[in-house]
Amino acid sequence: MEAAPMIEVRELTKRYPGRTAVSGISFTVGRGEVVGFLGPNGAGKSTTMRILSAFMPATSGTARVAGYDVFHEPDEVRRRIGYMPENNPLHLDMRVREYLKFRARLKGMGWGRSRERVDTVLQQCGLTDVQKRIIGQLSKGYRQRVGLADALIHEPDLIILDEPTIGLDPHQIRSVRALIQELGRRHTVLLSTHILSEVEMTCSRVLILNRGEILAVDTPANLERNLGLDGQVVAEIAAPTQELRDAFQDLQDLERFDLSPLDGGFHRVALTPRDGVDLRPVVFDIVGQRRWRLRELTRSRHTLEDIFVHLTRGRRDEP
Amino acid sequence: MRVFMALVRRELAGAFNALTGWVVMAATALLTGISIVDLVTKLSDRPTDSPVTELFYQSAYFWVILLVVSPVITMRTFAAEKSSGTYEALMTTPVGDWQVVLAKYTGSMLFFGLVWLPLFGVLLILRQVTGEVGLLDPGSTAGAFLGVMLIGSVYMALGCFASSMTRSQIIAAMVSFLLGIGLWIVSLRPVSTNVGDGRWARLLDEMSLLRHMDDFARGILDSRHIVFHVTMTLLFLFLTQRVVESRRWK
Repeated sequence: MEAAPMIEVRELTKRYPGRTAVSGISFTVGRGEVVGFLGPNGAGKSTTMRILSAFMPATSGTARVAGYDVFHEPDEVRRRIGYMPENNPLHLDMRVREYLKFRARLKGMGWGRSRERVDTVLQQCGLTDVQKRIIGQLSKGYRQRVGLADALIHEPDLIILDEPTIGLDPHQIRSVRALIQELGRRHTVLLSTHILSEVEMTCSRVLILNRGEILAVDTPANLERNLGLDGQVVAEIAAPTQELRDAFQDLQDLERFDLSPLDGGFHRVALTPRDGVDLRPVVFDIVGQRRWRLRELTRSRHTLEDIFVHLTRGRRDEP
Repeated sequence: MRVFMALVRRELAGAFNALTGWVVMAATALLTGISIVDLVTKLSDRPTDSPVTELFYQSAYFWVILLVVSPVITMRTFAAEKSSGTYEALMTTPVGDWQVVLAKYTGSMLFFGLVWLPLFGVLLILRQVTGEVGLLDPGSTAGAFLGVMLIGSVYMALGCFASSMTRSQIIAAMVSFLLGIGLWIVSLRPVSTNVGDGRWARLLDEMSLLRHMDDFARGILDSRHIVFHVTMTLLFLFLTQRVVESRRWK
C-alpha cells in the first residue's frame, strides 16, 4: 500500500441532473507533491475534491487515496485526508481550542493524544494566543488558520484545501500561503484556487481544469516553456537610435525587435526571442562592449494567466 | 462511544450557544407557567382529586406546547449544519451515518427533557404554597414524565427527519410542525369515528396520542403504547439515516 501514489484518479466523471461537473478526468499525485488545481469557478475543482474526500461518490470512474478506494473504503480514506471544504465552514459559536478538540475526537483521537495534537497544531498555525477566543469573533485570516489546523490535526498523509485563500486580505493571504508552503514540506497537498499567482508560488505541479476537463498538467515553469510563451526582454539604453538598430537587428534567435525613444536620450528596446531563449546576457554584453548606459533590463515572464487564457481560448465562447 | 458523546455535547452546546436554546426554554417556562395558573384558577372553582400533573397533561396546554416547541428544538439538527457547510466537514471525518443521526436525536431528546423541568419547579412551588402533598403524586408524575418522553421521542425523531431533508431551518420547522400536527389530528376522536367502524377505526384509535397520554398521566403503563412510540421513533430515525446516506446514491 505504501508504494501506491497518494492520489490516483481514473476516468472520473460526475454528473448532476442537467449538467456534467467533471467529465472523465485522470491524474495521479505522488507522495510529497504540492499540486494546484487551477480553474475558473465551476470548472469542477470542488466536485473533484469532494469525491476525493469521500463526501460524495462519482458517477463513474475510480479514485484512490493512498491505495484505498474512496467509494468502497471511505473511512480508510477519511482517516488519511485532512480536508478543508470550500469557504472553510466552522462552528462559529465554539472556542478555537474547544473546536479543535471536538474535531480531534471526531477523528477518533483519545483524550491524551488529542490534547497533545491540539497543542501542536495551535502552535504550528500560530493560534496559541487566540485559543480561548470564540471563532465567530476572529478575523477571516485566523479562521482560515483554524480550518488548516483542523485539517492537520490527525496527521493526515494528504491535505486537501479548497480555495484556502479566498476572501482574505493581502496580508492574510501571505501568511496562509506561507503556512501552506510549510505544510508542503511534510505532507502531500492538493489545493484549488482560481488565483493564478497562488499556484505559481506554492505548487510544484499544476492541473488546469476547465469545464470539467483537464487542459494541462505540468510544472508552472514547464507550462510556460512548452507553450512558447516566454521571455520578451526589455532594456532601456542611452544610445543613438541608429546604433541601437544596428546592434540588435540581426541578433540570432530574434523574432521581433521594437525601438521607441524615451526621455533623456534613452530608448526602450523590446526583443522577442525565438524558442524562449533568454536574451538578457546578450543584451548585457552588447551594452558593455559599447559602453552605453543601461538603466533597466528585464525579461517578462509570462504568467499562468497568459497560459490559462491561451489554453481556454475559444472554449469559453461556447454557450 | 467517545465520538458519540462528543457529537451529543456539540448538539447541546450548539443549542445554548445559539440563543435559540435559551429562547425555547424561556418560552416553554412561560407557557407552562401560564397554563398552570389557568388550571389552578379553574380548580379553585371546581375541586377535584386528580393530581395537577394529570390534569395538565390531559389538557390542550400540553399539546400546544409540545407541537410548537418540538419543531423549534429539532430544526437546527441537520439544516443548520448543511447551510453553514459544517455538515461537509462532519461527514468527511470517519464518523458513521448512524452515529450522527443518533447523536442528533439524543441531543434533541436531552434538550426536550430540560424543557419540561420548569414545570416541576412550578409544581414544587405550588405544593410548598398550598401544603397539598397530593399535588405531586409519585406514580402519576413518573408515568406522566415517561409518557412525555415517549411522545417527545416520536416528535424529536420526526423533527430530525424533517431537518435532514433541507438546508433551511425554517422549512425544517414547517415540515416537522405539519407532520406533527398531522399525527396529532389523527388522534382526535372525531377523526376516528368518522372513518366508521371496523379495522381502520380501530387502528386510528390505537394510534391516538391523546389516549396514550391520558393513560400515561394516570400512571398506567400500557406496553402497547410503549411499543407504538418506540416503533414510530425507530421508523423516523431509520428514514433520517436513509436521507443522510442518500448523498451516496445521487
